[in-house]
Amino acid sequence: MTGPVLEIVNLSVAIEGGGDRPHAVRGINFTVGANEIVCVVGESGSGKSVTAQAVMGLLPKNAMQVETGLIRLQGDELTAKSDAELRAIRGTRMAMVFQEPMTALNPVERVGDQIGEVLEVHTALDPRQRRKRVLEIMRAVHLPDPEQMIDAYPHQLSGGQRQRIMIAAALVLDPALLIADEPTTALDVTTQAQILKLVREMQGRTKTGVLFITHDFGVVSEIADRVVVMQLGRIVEQGPCEQVLRDPREDYTRMLLAAVPSMTPPKRAPVSGAVVLQTEKLSKTYGRRSLFQPKARIVNAVSDVSLMVRRGETLGIVGESGSGKSTVARCVARLVQPTSGAIRIENVDIASMREAKFRPMRRRVQFVFQDPYRSLNPRRTVGEAIIEGPMNFGLGRKEALQRARDLMAVVHLSPDAIGRYPHQFSGGQRQRICIARALAMEPELLIGDEPVSALDVSVQDQVLKLLDEVRRKFDLAVLFITHDLRVAAQVCDRIAVMQRGVIVEQGTTAEVFAAPRHEYTRALFEAAPGRDRVFFAGKAAEA
Amino acid sequence: MADVIVDIPIAAAPVKPAAAFRKLLHNPGVVFGGVIIAIVVLMGLLAPWLGTIDPTAINPIARNRIPGAEVSMRTDTGERIKMIALFGTDGLGRDIYSRVVYGARVSLLVGVSVALISVAVGLFIGLLAGFIRILDAVIMRIMDGLMAIPAILLAIAMVSLFHSSVLTVIVAITVPQIPGVVRLVRAIVLSVREEPYVEAAVTLGTSTPKLLWRHVLPNTIAPMIVQGTFICASAILVEAILSFLGIGVPPEVPTWGNIMAEGRQVFSLFPHNIIYPGVFLAATILAVNVLGDGLRDTIDPKMAKRV
Amino acid sequence: MSMYGYLLRRLLGTIPVMLVVALFIFLMLRLTPSDPAAIIAGDNASTEQVARIRGQLGLDRPMVEQFFIWSGKVLTGDFGESFFFKKSVASLIGERIEPTLSLAFFTILIAVFVAVPLGVLAAHRHGSWIDRIVMGFSVLGFSVPVFVIGYLLIYLFSIWLNWLPVQGYQRISEGVGGWVQRLILPSVTLSVIYIALIARMTRTSVLEVLSEDYIRTARAKGQSERKVLFRHALRNAAVPIVTVIGLGVALLIGGVVVTESVFTIPGLGRLTVDAVLARDYPTIQAVILLFSFAYVMINLAVDMIYTLLDPRIRY
Repeated sequence: MTGPVLEIVNLSVAIEGGGDRPHAVRGINFTVGANEIVCVVGESGSGKSVTAQAVMGLLPKNAMQVETGLIRLQGDELTAKSDAELRAIRGTRMAMVFQEPMTALNPVERVGDQIGEVLEVHTALDPRQRRKRVLEIMRAVHLPDPEQMIDAYPHQLSGGQRQRIMIAAALVLDPALLIADEPTTALDVTTQAQILKLVREMQGRTKTGVLFITHDFGVVSEIADRVVVMQLGRIVEQGPCEQVLRDPREDYTRMLLAAVPSMTPPKRAPVSGAVVLQTEKLSKTYGRRSLFQPKARIVNAVSDVSLMVRRGETLGIVGESGSGKSTVARCVARLVQPTSGAIRIENVDIASMREAKFRPMRRRVQFVFQDPYRSLNPRRTVGEAIIEGPMNFGLGRKEALQRARDLMAVVHLSPDAIGRYPHQFSGGQRQRICIARALAMEPELLIGDEPVSALDVSVQDQVLKLLDEVRRKFDLAVLFITHDLRVAAQVCDRIAVMQRGVIVEQGTTAEVFAAPRHEYTRALFEAAPGRDRVFFAGKAAEA
Repeated sequence: MADVIVDIPIAAAPVKPAAAFRKLLHNPGVVFGGVIIAIVVLMGLLAPWLGTIDPTAINPIARNRIPGAEVSMRTDTGERIKMIALFGTDGLGRDIYSRVVYGARVSLLVGVSVALISVAVGLFIGLLAGFIRILDAVIMRIMDGLMAIPAILLAIAMVSLFHSSVLTVIVAITVPQIPGVVRLVRAIVLSVREEPYVEAAVTLGTSTPKLLWRHVLPNTIAPMIVQGTFICASAILVEAILSFLGIGVPPEVPTWGNIMAEGRQVFSLFPHNIIYPGVFLAATILAVNVLGDGLRDTIDPKMAKRV
Repeated sequence: MSMYGYLLRRLLGTIPVMLVVALFIFLMLRLTPSDPAAIIAGDNASTEQVARIRGQLGLDRPMVEQFFIWSGKVLTGDFGESFFFKKSVASLIGERIEPTLSLAFFTILIAVFVAVPLGVLAAHRHGSWIDRIVMGFSVLGFSVPVFVIGYLLIYLFSIWLNWLPVQGYQRISEGVGGWVQRLILPSVTLSVIYIALIARMTRTSVLEVLSEDYIRTARAKGQSERKVLFRHALRNAAVPIVTVIGLGVALLIGGVVVTESVFTIPGLGRLTVDAVLARDYPTIQAVILLFSFAYVMINLAVDMIYTLLDPRIRY
């Protein structure tokens, strides 16, 4: 095969009707060769997904269109083709895999039929031949028991399995180009590792050119041959993976890479403050068997969790989805009633207190949520959001507003902005406001439930630094929930690893990272993308 | 990377009364519906001064005249005058134009009353059901039961029990509408309760009544306005049907429905009995529905998914 | 198998609903300001007749007992006697049920076969003039009362064009041709509001589904737009559409009452009106119970259909 599989030449995509900028992408140039994986990296709004959609000819019709530029697939000019011609190419010479496997599969159709659909549309195979081919490709993507699974429905499969189905459907006709748009972002880290491995394997086998879109540099380091960095619709830098990751030329790339937390935890002094939070055998069970539902599912979300957090210390709870980490946090904040066990806040057991009795104590335990876009009431100004808590506890409005202004400054936002509404702030700024709101209560314990997971990596870095600063300044105990090992390394003094409701390992961050003992912890570390790589680290790394 | 807010482009602001009002005026549905409703309201309010005579005045010598005919009638003082019956006269010689104009009053009164009462009651019950677990099961069972009886039948049943009057009709039409409002409010409460900002308010120590007032209730305003509008249209329709069937307001009170009811027998010969009130009825209901659609598209787009 | 479990649970779930309905209907009569027995007996009844009725209804016994007696009778099909029509209510209903069922049958047939394609078309050509026309007709359909439409159609087709008979009903046993002919205008009239509802819901549902991710996946496979619409969109939009067909039966029932009056069809709807005008309570109670029961059963059938349409509900 001579020549690149995909060539993008001076492509610009215009956005109809304004938006925050006139072009989604502007004047971008890059190629994808046969038998190579090119990663396009960027933060939200960088235009990476739009590029992928433009190649497939799937731009939302009334919202965006290709203004100038060329898209060549194996030398064929795609922008000049008719709808019918493009449809013939999709699935046969180029295919795409999307981010959310649950919603990307038709819920009322069997998965085998959905893979078979590609064969139906593009080949003349009869049903028996199709079935044979579908089973072959299902085996190639390592799906367990294909004979059974071919007749299953999407909701009966796990996230990883669904993504394999999508990959199978994409690769069943051996396309020259595979486009993957954040295919592992919605998956657990262990599943992600498997899917990345699968992509590399399939690509190597058929020498497909792969255009892989992601925001995660760890993933990039795992699979990319070449990297393209995008920002606000333009390409900032591109080149071989090793080179871009270790020695980037542009400031933006350097800033992005420096913001990626390292897998090596920094040295931390042991904390000896008073114990603020202590849980003993905390458990939470969902579901109840009754006369009408003797076979109802009982879910042990949290089983016998015992942990402790001191003043001035950050304890991280790390785990994948379904591990129970969020449930523990919500139990401690009494957003959910625990089934059994004790939760002591400065020696007072709040686990089974009635709400009315507990309310005066709420001051002491504050919560920062994951989704910055839904944690603030859109109809109230941020000032009103911050003063709501203190005023519940008797503080007068004027003093409360003054406190709000002071706290805005603490979180590095302009105090005069307290009269604005949440939609006028970015995600990272909203998260800071939520931190200010929590601090307004003068708590002893601050709980963060994946507080930076929804943020871009550069913004994430700032918010994490803010949390650290705030913890030192107010001498808080912090309970930090996350699924991201790098974040845990950066922020936590001690971590507890949870799996299926149980703590499997606990210890100081340094210990656990250096020598994980439990096999699950080890598996987690194995799966963490790019764990062995060294990224460009900005200014000289601190000791 | 700016820490301090300086020049963030301001996205669409949350609904503030003045700005929202102006946005409403740009919606064609709101304008069209609003104008027609305004005309009908004025018609009802100004009825005595719009060239009408007593709508209940029976005039045996001028029965079943066609629209535009000249009719002679006796006034209260005993004199005879001539007038043009714009919409003709009915089987008892009553002027249909006057009856139609006065009929607007009942339709609007019923429509607005039913809408206001059902929304108020439904909101109250819905909030209770959404917030208090124990009450929820009981309330929803009762609502399910009420919803199982088709609205018109329920209204008919209630009317049959009590003395015929406008109040009875209003109550009879209101009751079947309440379960729908309760369902809607409850759904809103349940979904808002899950929102992180409500959970945040709980962690801030906000008491349940304050939660309801400050965070939940504002989310119900727009849907209630839209729902209320649709209920108004529905109520006008049901009242007309009840009157048409002869089981609505007392026959002395002219409503568009009973004007048509009385014209049924002679329909093939004198369709004007049915056409004129029918047109006004259809136009009014249409206007209210279109207004409701327009309101929904402007102030509560999420509701568009619930038809 | 969990599907039978689901069906069983649904079936059991209808019991409390019917209980509430029965309670409401039972209380209705007992809560009037006047003496129920006197009302039932009518204006011309003698005091002995009133006393006899009071005994029959067991009005002297405690409320709870009365309710059980009444429910027991109802469950065995004994709805009492109609003093106005001088027959048992059960036989009254028996004679009137065929016209109503015929009317309902044709109406649903017309409505579903017209509305669903219209809704799909409107969704497919979202924003175009076709879409606007369909939506426009939908609002009109909701707004113009059934009887106005009825008279309009009568005027047009019976009086002016003279194509169809004005009113009346012919039993199947007397000839299918005449039976169908007489039902055309009433069914079309009644179907208008039903079409408005279903077309609108179909459009909304299909539009919503068309913005789902799996539609994008299907297009990425190179699937044709037609297949995307029918194989992927419609099958997923089916559940809300079928739901609204079931819920819309309530509108249908209300409409039946009016339509039978306009077209003088001797069905249950007319019976209801006549019963109300005559204050014939046993009949009113029976008709409402029956209609409600039918409504609940139809929606139960809709729930069953869900299991065929959506595998997530089955397993």
